[in-house]
Amino acid sequence: MQILEGEGVTKYFGGLAAVSKVDFYVAEGEVVGLIGPNGAGKTTLFNLISGALPLKSGVIKFKGEKISGLKPHQICRMGVARTFQSVKVFGNMPVFQNVLLGSLFGTPSAMSSTDAAKEAAGLLEFVGLSAVKMTPARDLTLANQKRVEVARALATKPELLLLDELMAGLNPTETAETMELVTRIRDKGITVFMIEHVMKAIMGVCDRIIVLHHGEKIAEGTPKEIATSKTVIEVYLGE
Amino acid sequence: MDITAFKFKRFAVPGVLLLILIALATLPIYAAGYTPTLMTTIFMYIILTVSWVIFSGPTGYISLAPAAFFGVGIYTMAVLGKDLPLLVIVVIGGLISFILALLVGAVTLRLRGIYFTIFTFGLLLFIQYLLLFWEFTVTKTRGRFVVLESTTTIYYVIFGILVATLLTAYFIRRSKFGLALQSIGENEEAAAHMGVNVTMVKIITFAISAFFMGAVGAVMATKWTYIDPGIAFNMLYSFMPVLMAIFGGIGPLYGPVIGAAIFAYLQEVLITRFPYYYMLLFGTILIVTILYLPSGLIGLIPKLWRRRSGGQHADT
Repeated sequence: MQILEGEGVTKYFGGLAAVSKVDFYVAEGEVVGLIGPNGAGKTTLFNLISGALPLKSGVIKFKGEKISGLKPHQICRMGVARTFQSVKVFGNMPVFQNVLLGSLFGTPSAMSSTDAAKEAAGLLEFVGLSAVKMTPARDLTLANQKRVEVARALATKPELLLLDELMAGLNPTETAETMELVTRIRDKGITVFMIEHVMKAIMGVCDRIIVLHHGEKIAEGTPKEIATSKTVIEVYLGE
Repeated sequence: MDITAFKFKRFAVPGVLLLILIALATLPIYAAGYTPTLMTTIFMYIILTVSWVIFSGPTGYISLAPAAFFGVGIYTMAVLGKDLPLLVIVVIGGLISFILALLVGAVTLRLRGIYFTIFTFGLLLFIQYLLLFWEFTVTKTRGRFVVLESTTTIYYVIFGILVATLLTAYFIRRSKFGLALQSIGENEEAAAHMGVNVTMVKIITFAISAFFMGAVGAVMATKWTYIDPGIAFNMLYSFMPVLMAIFGGIGPLYGPVIGAAIFAYLQEVLITRFPYYYMLLFGTILIVTILYLPSGLIGLIPKLWRRRSGGQHADT
């Protein structure tokens, strides 16, 4: 079953087509990678899915229901959560509160505050941040702030998780840990759609990859197909 | 030893608060004359400041609209004063401000930062001059007389509003609604993506804070007997809450309360002792505070505490 599908998704910034007539889908239980050179429109596509930006034309459906046109909080409560490329943690709030907010406001059905607190504590354990639970989020390392974003997104009980460059700026050890985290998220039964520049990571964890270039979809396939695709190599390395 | 200290801490704060509450509630009985009048003014400023902090504190949206909502309350009293009981008008004044804030909030809360601030200030001037125009062309008057109430009545009504404002501020802060407000101030986009209906949370909080401003305006009108648009919508009532909150410190709730109380008291003392240069002294105090106590007066408390206990409890 396709959990997320987009048809003719288009977004203009002034006269520039940031995303142009892109058709895509993500099947339930998959880990799908979204790659492309800088400025290809990857983050814009995520912003369109999560409701941060309105579409110019086209339609995005989640579990068969149209979500394009809804507000971010509505899309979140339907079961789509995301992280941000430039981390947007609530810096002055303790890590625990960051995650608690997600389970208090973002879940499809309301939770009691005791359950929400239990849920948040469990997720901090899951991402390995229990030790810094009471630390203000701004005092954490970049790698750990990204983990806060993941825990916070998971707290909203998503069925689909959008990860925007989770591994950018991390060292090799942190990258390996994060790859392992993505696998564990998939094992929880959550579908993952991720933007990534770290090729080793994307080739290692994705079932399928979509390639964007200048706002258009130029290729789609298994990691192996993408790695050997002539168009993709041309886009990345020049002709 | 530890247990007694724990028990003491647990009961000391509510105990002290209760004592203050009783002392203030019985004030008109033992202190006649000037004191209740002075306290009324201080309470008014605390209400304006704390209700300003309810919205602007956590979200960081600096509103300069308090005088607009305060003035709406004043005019509600001036118009309805002869026909309805005081408490009813106070509630109506609050509700009109509440509704006005809902409408204004729906339009302006998509503005951020300085644009929001300037809009709220524009709103104040707009209402003031619209009213002036109305009074000149339609009612052919400049000002209005307001029914008088006794000092004790005014004192008790304001005291009631004060307690309601403080309780509201306290419970909002402790609720999940307060957490949502704080997250909006930290990062609005992220808050929206965590399922917080940011527009709704902002508009409702803005309206709640306006309710108390309107209610206190309605009571204060009875103290002044004569009002006109210039008096009712004096921009001082927009700037004072902001200054008082910064003066006291915006962190914990007692910051703005202390700030407003001391600031209002200073104003009263200085204006009577030094009528010619009280503004000069006032300005100096404000500048010194902001230069040396960036987190407000409450920033002094940890400093003094450390000095008194001789660094035994050095932090970290």
